[in-house]
Amino acid sequence: MLEIKNLHARVADEGTEILRGVDLTVKDGEVAAIMGPNGSGKSTLSYILAGREDYEVTEGDIVYNGESILEMDPAERAATGVFLAFQYPLEIPGVATMTFLKTALNAQRKARGEGELTTPEFMRRVKGSAADLKINPEMLKRPLNVGFSGGEKKRAEILQMALLEPKLCVMDETDSGLDIDALKIVSDGVNALRSPERSFLVITHYQRLLDYIVPDTVHVLSKGRIVKTGDKDLALQLEKEGYSQIIDEAA
Amino acid sequence: MSTVTELKPRTPAETRLLQLAEARGENENARRPAIEALRRDGLPTRRVEAWHYTDLRQLMGKRLGAEDAVEALRESGETMLEPFLSGSGVVDLSTGEGSHLPDGVSVSKSDASANWQETPNRLDRSIDTIRALNAAFGASSTAIDIAEGASPDRAIELRPGTGADAHAFTRVSLGPKSKATLVERLDGGPSSAPSSGVNELHLGEGSEVLWIVDQEKALDATHLGQLHVRLEANSLFKLFVLNAGGGLVRYEVHSDVVGEGADIQMRGVNLIEDGQHIDVTTTLNHTVAHTTATETFRNVVMGGHGVFQGIIKVARGAQKTDANMACNSLLLSEDGDFSAKPELEIFADDVVCGHGATAGEIDADHLFYLMSRGIPAAEARSLLIKAFVAEVVEELEDEAIEEVLETRIDAWLERKAAR
Repeated sequence: MLEIKNLHARVADEGTEILRGVDLTVKDGEVAAIMGPNGSGKSTLSYILAGREDYEVTEGDIVYNGESILEMDPAERAATGVFLAFQYPLEIPGVATMTFLKTALNAQRKARGEGELTTPEFMRRVKGSAADLKINPEMLKRPLNVGFSGGEKKRAEILQMALLEPKLCVMDETDSGLDIDALKIVSDGVNALRSPERSFLVITHYQRLLDYIVPDTVHVLSKGRIVKTGDKDLALQLEKEGYSQIIDEAA
Repeated sequence: MSTVTELKPRTPAETRLLQLAEARGENENARRPAIEALRRDGLPTRRVEAWHYTDLRQLMGKRLGAEDAVEALRESGETMLEPFLSGSGVVDLSTGEGSHLPDGVSVSKSDASANWQETPNRLDRSIDTIRALNAAFGASSTAIDIAEGASPDRAIELRPGTGADAHAFTRVSLGPKSKATLVERLDGGPSSAPSSGVNELHLGEGSEVLWIVDQEKALDATHLGQLHVRLEANSLFKLFVLNAGGGLVRYEVHSDVVGEGADIQMRGVNLIEDGQHIDVTTTLNHTVAHTTATETFRNVVMGGHGVFQGIIKVARGAQKTDANMACNSLLLSEDGDFSAKPELEIFADDVVCGHGATAGEIDADHLFYLMSRGIPAAEARSLLIKAFVAEVVEELEDEAIEEVLETRIDAWLERKAAR
């Protein structure tokens, strides 16, 4: 599914290097967790996967389903199945949520050579997914994410993920700002999407999320490199011992 | 020694304008004083404070040089238009005739023209050029009265004439507790002859008006417009200006709030492209206590020049005035520019007044978010531009009118995107 090879990247404006040779492979259907302390480059990695222009890849490659995606813009990457669930989903006043969802869904279908969804079919899908995620339909009448609480925004991200049916889901600290109830709803939403054809890259600070979304592999990112890889027990060990111990051991 | 009025050297544009006014013929005596005022003062330049960002002498010069201007004056372009809001009653301002008018609305035509007086304009001490031009060309006026308590079930669309009749002077009076929607339709085919419109709107106690200006003239058209509003107690003046056309356009709105409890809600969208000069100039004049006003203009600049001038004036006794003004521009082309001049002039000490002007590009974070969902760059940009203007359109809180406006705005954006 995804192969990140010796990826080096820096902030385009100022040149600060953030990723210093990331190597990571995610297999089809795998749920890979990326953990690491603040400033280790977790969010940067997620933005670079989605194609944000603020970062410049200076070395290495990102190979997705056998092809490098470095030359693709964010919309092209999305159309091939890459989805980033934002840590801080943006509020966009003036863009109606339903218009946005329909535009995104149909743009992706068009890029893949599929026909547009009819309005009733689109509505049926939105209503179904919204109900699963306990999203009040009234919320969807508002402009995109405007006036949503932190938890509502995260649920709206999962709603988008469910509708767009991506193949590679990158989740950037989806647990931040969620109370336990919301965390459970969001995790159930994610787990329902797990399948042998869909992979997840779950980025988190805390082990807590991984109690609900149980990963196949856990990778520790520190100073722009993966310093340790293990199974779900590594997350428990991190929770108990803290990052510094493991990072020191790895170094 | 005799007193001789010194004449400024006249530009070809000024000569042309005076020729056009003289060639008009009809009702010449009434128009004569305004023609002479124009002959004496000429067109304002950027040295005149009120016209600093719209150098009329220079800008008109570019547009009135053509020999066919006199011919254009004689054209009587019959353009049959669907009303802006379907089902509207229509008043033809060149004949003073109304059709399909709702109950409680009466229209009369008068030969008295735009009653030119030597009044200075509202911004400085120079002559009121727009009114002078209107009076120099306009041969008649139309009065529209909305009866006390009337609440017409459909909008009233005001249509100026074309050619020589494209200089309407209109008085609209809303009786106490009446409520009406008026649409000033500034449309019509290409015409190199300038047009003007002066409106005097009187809002009786407790009355409510929504005044829509739909300006979608051809890109070679020149239009100078004014709307003077007088608000009595507890009246509500809602304005929506859509500028989506015209070559050289200035629209002035001057409001006098003379009754307590009156409220002004001014909104507007200016869509500007190459070759255009679009100017919106407003004054909010609060003279009594306890009045409120909000004003927001959103500008999409894909080229050309845009101007916004707005002043909130609060008189000494106008305590508890709550007035706010915003002018936000989205600059989408290196070839376009926008000049904003918001001002406050406050003589009372217990008021809440503010203004803000912003200019920027499309938010890169917003663009990334939309694109990360698979929306291609061009489509994502278009969504964000629409969103920028939709915010002020939605404040009308009238779905039917919002839909009409959004359809027109979308059409403009799509035309631009197609090029």
